[in-house]
Amino acid sequence: MAKLIRDFKVLNNTKITQDYFILELVSPEKLQNLMPGQFVQVRIDGSRETFLRRPFSVHDLDYDKNSIKILVQIAGKGTEKMSKLLPGEILNIIYPLGRPFSEPNKGENILLVGGGSGVAPLLFLAKHIKQLEINPDILLGFKSQQRIIETEEFEKYGRVFITTDDGSAGREGLVTEHPLLLKGKYDRIYCCGPEAMMKAVVSLAKSRNIFCEVSLEHLMACGIGICLCCIVKTTRGNICTCTEGPVINANELLW
Amino acid sequence: MVNLSFKIGNLSFKNPVITASGTCGYGIELEDFISLEKLGGIIVKGMTLKPREGNPYPRMVETPSGMLNSVGLQNNGIEYFEKHIYPRLTGLDTNVMINVNGSTIEEYVELAERISHLEKIPAIELNISCPNVKMGGMAFGTNPVTAREVIKSVRKVYSRILIVKLSPNVTSIEEFAKIAEDEGADAISLVNTLLGMAIDVKKMKPSLATITGGLSGPAIKPVAVRMVWQAAKTVKIPVIGIGGIMNEIDALEFIMAGATAIQVGTALFIDPSVPCKIITGIEQFLVERGFEDYSLLIGYINKNF
Repeated sequence: MAKLIRDFKVLNNTKITQDYFILELVSPEKLQNLMPGQFVQVRIDGSRETFLRRPFSVHDLDYDKNSIKILVQIAGKGTEKMSKLLPGEILNIIYPLGRPFSEPNKGENILLVGGGSGVAPLLFLAKHIKQLEINPDILLGFKSQQRIIETEEFEKYGRVFITTDDGSAGREGLVTEHPLLLKGKYDRIYCCGPEAMMKAVVSLAKSRNIFCEVSLEHLMACGIGICLCCIVKTTRGNICTCTEGPVINANELLW
Repeated sequence: MVNLSFKIGNLSFKNPVITASGTCGYGIELEDFISLEKLGGIIVKGMTLKPREGNPYPRMVETPSGMLNSVGLQNNGIEYFEKHIYPRLTGLDTNVMINVNGSTIEEYVELAERISHLEKIPAIELNISCPNVKMGGMAFGTNPVTAREVIKSVRKVYSRILIVKLSPNVTSIEEFAKIAEDEGADAISLVNTLLGMAIDVKKMKPSLATITGGLSGPAIKPVAVRMVWQAAKTVKIPVIGIGGIMNEIDALEFIMAGATAIQVGTALFIDPSVPCKIITGIEQFLVERGFEDYSLLIGYINKNF
């Protein structure tokens, strides 16, 4: 699929918590096909402080509206500026980027594991899997009840299980201490979250011999494989997260 | 119609806009965004004899109006290029050039010699200015003795167009420009990145795994323009200007300072279609100002100020 540079228009900017918001962006033409796990590179304003683009995975999309949604956590100056975007404003985007999650087979048992902003690509994935007539189990970890995001959306597509670090909602503890991960019978695990969490999930999946893919969030400049900055060490050597990932099979990672 | 073409030695370029090594992959990566044949040339990523894994992650950090990188010449080596990439580039109607690196003079020489057998590569850019490798790179290019030696040695084995890429991390750019010219370089390109550093204060650790890295982007442009101006006044061979060029105005600034051509680097990360916009922009400027040939603008300020 050819990569495009397009001016998308902000349709909605919805604040969901103190730190998170969702931007719905409309393509100026028919939206290119995108798969769960793929991402877009957003140009904020090219100013002194937000000079480079920022990568965001596709959180959801609507081919009828030609729109995509990105889930954004306010983490710095760029995302701060994005949080103030108003409907009608323009965001320049390069898309579609990266390799998506692999397709599950009919009848497989699927577990999605997400943590914090790592839930971003998993909603689109859950929706896609549901369309394949599979009801995935979805295990989401957050710091506390106040930090919980998007679980109602996930409930449309599968059974949702929550953990919080402080026990203020769902089960107390980490996702990697949850019985679903420790004992659940799954054919595939798809995971996105903080690196420490993904490492623990990968290690559990490997020890239980379960197919596992993770979506990596690495610092990158270009998103199209020319800056060679977002590398991850794998069995194939250093590869670019932007072009060979962001979704990588657990067995390839040298974690 | 205005003229944008120029020559380095006997090699013709259709226009003065070239994509910089290390920011355009093998060129192929840009094909979704631009027609490579519209460019004056492409300098593919820094190459070494053997494959190199480069430096550990994290390798980049955004800085005010720019970025630091410490990629460290990750590449698949010459053999991979010959087998898998070269055949895909040979049909292109533009100058595909290779940025040449080594840890020793012998490695530079061996690689240059090997590339001289690739018929469709009309020029090399000798990189004696990479700040991100422990051996070679900037170490050669910031010492007048070794700089001379490596250029001289490569010149002996490489008869096509030899461009020498200079480091800005020197006190006198004129000295190194002159050395390149004296040793038979056909052109010089400058500047490579400036050695820089950033600290993540919240995490209380260096932003790059290698601690230091190369600064690029508009942040370095005034330094680069100054060095191009100094170099162009010192040598008769063409100077290729590099450093934070984001649009045609930046490109024209380098040309007026004395650059015969320019390279677009970091800007490609933000807008991979930008080289074509720069070509069009230069053309429009010439038409609006009534210049028939862009070469009238080369070193314009030296003639007039």
